[in-house]
Amino acid sequence: MKSRRGREIDGHEAMSATQRVAGDAWCERSQSKGRTTLNVGGRWTVFTLGPLDRQIDAMKLDRADAIDISQLEELDTAGAAELVRLANRVGNKQAAVPIEGAQDNHARLIELAGKQKLRPEKKPHVSWIMHQLILIGTTSYGLLLQGRNLLSFFGETLAVMFGIVRSPRRLRSTAVVNLMEEVWLRALPIVGTLVFLIGFVLAYQGIEQLARFGAQAFAVDMVGLSVLREIGVLLTAIIVAGRSGSAFTAQIGTMRVNLEVDAMSTMGLHPIEVLVIPRIIALLVTMPLLAFFANMMGLLGGGLATVVFLDFTLVQYFERLQEVIDINHFWAGMIKAPVFAFVIAVVGCYEGLQVTGSAESVGRQTTKAVVESIFLVIILDAIFSVFFVSIGL
Amino acid sequence: MIVGATTPEGEPKSMVLGNPPSDRPAVIRIRNLKTKFGPKEIHHHLALDVFKGEVMGLVGGSGTGKSVLLRVIIGLIRQKKGTVEVFGQNTANLHGASLRKLQSRWGVLFQDGALFSSLTVAENIQVPLREHARLTARQLEEVAALKIAMVGLPPDAAHKYPSELSGGMRKRAGLARALALDPPLLFLDEPTAGLDPIGAAAFDDLVRDLQRNLGLTVLMVTHDLDSLNAICDRIAVLLDKRVVVGPLEELLKFEHPWVREYFHGPRGRAARIDAV
Repeated sequence: MKSRRGREIDGHEAMSATQRVAGDAWCERSQSKGRTTLNVGGRWTVFTLGPLDRQIDAMKLDRADAIDISQLEELDTAGAAELVRLANRVGNKQAAVPIEGAQDNHARLIELAGKQKLRPEKKPHVSWIMHQLILIGTTSYGLLLQGRNLLSFFGETLAVMFGIVRSPRRLRSTAVVNLMEEVWLRALPIVGTLVFLIGFVLAYQGIEQLARFGAQAFAVDMVGLSVLREIGVLLTAIIVAGRSGSAFTAQIGTMRVNLEVDAMSTMGLHPIEVLVIPRIIALLVTMPLLAFFANMMGLLGGGLATVVFLDFTLVQYFERLQEVIDINHFWAGMIKAPVFAFVIAVVGCYEGLQVTGSAESVGRQTTKAVVESIFLVIILDAIFSVFFVSIGL
Repeated sequence: MIVGATTPEGEPKSMVLGNPPSDRPAVIRIRNLKTKFGPKEIHHHLALDVFKGEVMGLVGGSGTGKSVLLRVIIGLIRQKKGTVEVFGQNTANLHGASLRKLQSRWGVLFQDGALFSSLTVAENIQVPLREHARLTARQLEEVAALKIAMVGLPPDAAHKYPSELSGGMRKRAGLARALALDPPLLFLDEPTAGLDPIGAAAFDDLVRDLQRNLGLTVLMVTHDLDSLNAICDRIAVLLDKRVVVGPLEELLKFEHPWVREYFHGPRGRAARIDAV
């Protein structure tokens, strides 16, 4: 087949010249009595048109008077469209050349393809710089809008919460207790294990480094300080954001997809009161408990490291801890827990309520909720740090 | 006429009413089919032939396994027993390249189009083309535009995402994707469900036109009595784990409580099926 690609054959030779391999699409030019005819044949289908296109390009066609398709074995709509295109291309400006010798079913396909508008719709073209500018603009605007919406959601939540404080019977206590089990009790093993390990690693690294100055005993101060002030509560918040914040978004988001939230509203139930407040309260109450547990496990991990690498006994370790770590450090960590809890719960619920229609958007909002809440938690942590230092806590 | 000769005596059998176009080759041939979900048997000794060039409607009450049968034929669910032959090939024996070859010869329209949500309509149509066909970039664009025009979508739908389309447009786009490779066999799962009556009638016309122009064989699961009336040559009714097949006139005379209720009930009368 390759040898015939793009070859010109004149009139009578064409019929006898080539042994045609069944299956492949082909196109030839023949001339007789000053009339140029394109003979096409084989299978013109989506499975053969790609190579055929290169073959036709190589023929450098300009004008022809007709296209003869009597030798066509198989044709599909794509092939018919290609034939119509070819007829337009070799014809003059006014009219396409006739397509001759079509079998009935082929003629029907060609008619069908000819009726359609063949020029594919072009995507509107945007230059690279413009595209980047648009991106920056939409992103910044989106961020501003997001900030404003989150803030107004915070406000609405607080207002509803205030209403509940005035008439506490409106609090859904069963839901709160269920959620507490989910976000607190079931989170204990993972939070405990992770913070224990971090405490251990922290103490071990501290001992290694401080031993150079013969100050390895100060590793205890270091572990106590960093676990109580920062690591315990921060790690807890990050785990809770990934575990419970995302669950809040997914739960509420799925309810939105099922139109449960809309159904709720039409029955006179306030979605914020029913869905958001129980989650916020559950997290607000249990996050300090979780953070306290994390602190203790972190200290225990540090203790184990000092026992193993420093020949301390656990009693000695805790005595030293008591001696050097002021209780204020503990409070400086703990006070952050309810704040983080509030932020994680509000962001999780807010993103859940932003879900629209599709299941795809549940996934998108969940990712967004986790990223946003961890981001906010770390920003707030930095602000707290600066603030505590400036008031000398 | 009773098919499925190995059925034990006394059990209900799959039946063919009227004269099937058995002079034409069978595109789908099912024998002795048995499917089960856990302990629940869905099909039992089911036999069905779909012949080339016919539009077969598949109906049945909820839970009788219409969609399951469709999924068994296209290989998404494996049967417990029996053979399913499509274009003379037993689907259970096909793997790898031969299975992909067979899959390129049928198109499936799922209920809500099942378009890939991260791709535009044109890109959706190009997915099977990129996978199976050999086309240049220009041809890919053109074929997509052609299919979009063929199913009656406006040209600017090409660059829209499925979420920007209405339900009816999504179905049309799904049909365009199913037709991307010009398959001779088309499966439709409730093509008119969720469309308004005007949209449903237009979709019926579209399927009928394409079927005639492209010489397609169509198997469609439907509950739409108007579609059954308008475009189906024969109808297969799933009853008691088996199937009763025949043209509408024959089924109207068939004595079975469910079949009577279905075709002669208020909705059947509204669709003026009795007048056939």
